Amino acid sequence: MTCTEFLALLDDLIDDSVSSEARAELQQHLRGCEHCEVTLNTTRKTIEIYRSHEIYDLPPGLRERLHAAIMARCKKGC
Amino acid sequence: MRGGDVSAYDTLVRKYERQVFRIAQHITQNREDAEDVMQDAFLKAYEKLEQFQGNSKFYTWLVRIAVNESLMRLRKRRTGKMVSIDEDVETEEGSVPRDLADWAPDPEQNYGQSELNEILRKTIQGLPQGFRIVFVLRDVEGLSTEETAETLGLSIPAVKSRLLRARLQLRERLSRYFRRKRGVEK
Repeated sequence: MTCTEFLALLDDLIDDSVSSEARAELQQHLRGCEHCEVTLNTTRKTIEIYRSHEIYDLPPGLRERLHAAIMARCKKGC
Repeated sequence: MRGGDVSAYDTLVRKYERQVFRIAQHITQNREDAEDVMQDAFLKAYEKLEQFQGNSKFYTWLVRIAVNESLMRLRKRRTGKMVSIDEDVETEEGSVPRDLADWAPDPEQNYGQSELNEILRKTIQGLPQGFRIVFVLRDVEGLSTEETAETLGLSIPAVKSRLLRARLQLRERLSRYFRRKRGVEK
């Protein structure tokens, strides 16, 4: 397996949607390719870091304004 | 839940408000627009509750409304300029990443919370819009490939291709900040 072939299956490997045969081939490639191992680990970390950090906080007061808007809408007829 | 039950709807709002705001902010890249989008999306969903068939998840239905509202808001802002999720997307397939540097263990620990958030914001804002939306829906908000494709009106192969490009570009851009420093850590 080449690095390009590995890369084509990188997402499936990360999303755990590869067949057992393909997984074995990918693992074998990883054992001899530091480049792809780094790519896999740091790509996984990239996803994890964006999942676990709230980079946009809900602005203060927005929840209350939204609630008021829904109530106002409801008064016109739910 | 069906229309008219405000307190039940309020519970749904509280459950999904952060996700809707995040999606709107990622697409519009403007705080005021994201606030408007969030309000409009929840009001629209409330008005259309009767139309919600229950054959898809409420969350994915709501996300679709939020994405459409966000794109409409962008079109208004960029008057006369077409805005679509195809914008700025290169068609080149995934190539082997250039940056080989491994990252420090727990690299985020090297930054304070607000500095880290700034790095993460700046990095994702630099992605082409078509990649960014796919990454956000798929990897941050947890939609499946199929749900993402349906929400954005894209084919499944297009979603997969963009997701790979988005992940690799983000990884490469973050390497600037997170790479293992030579001689400092082993």
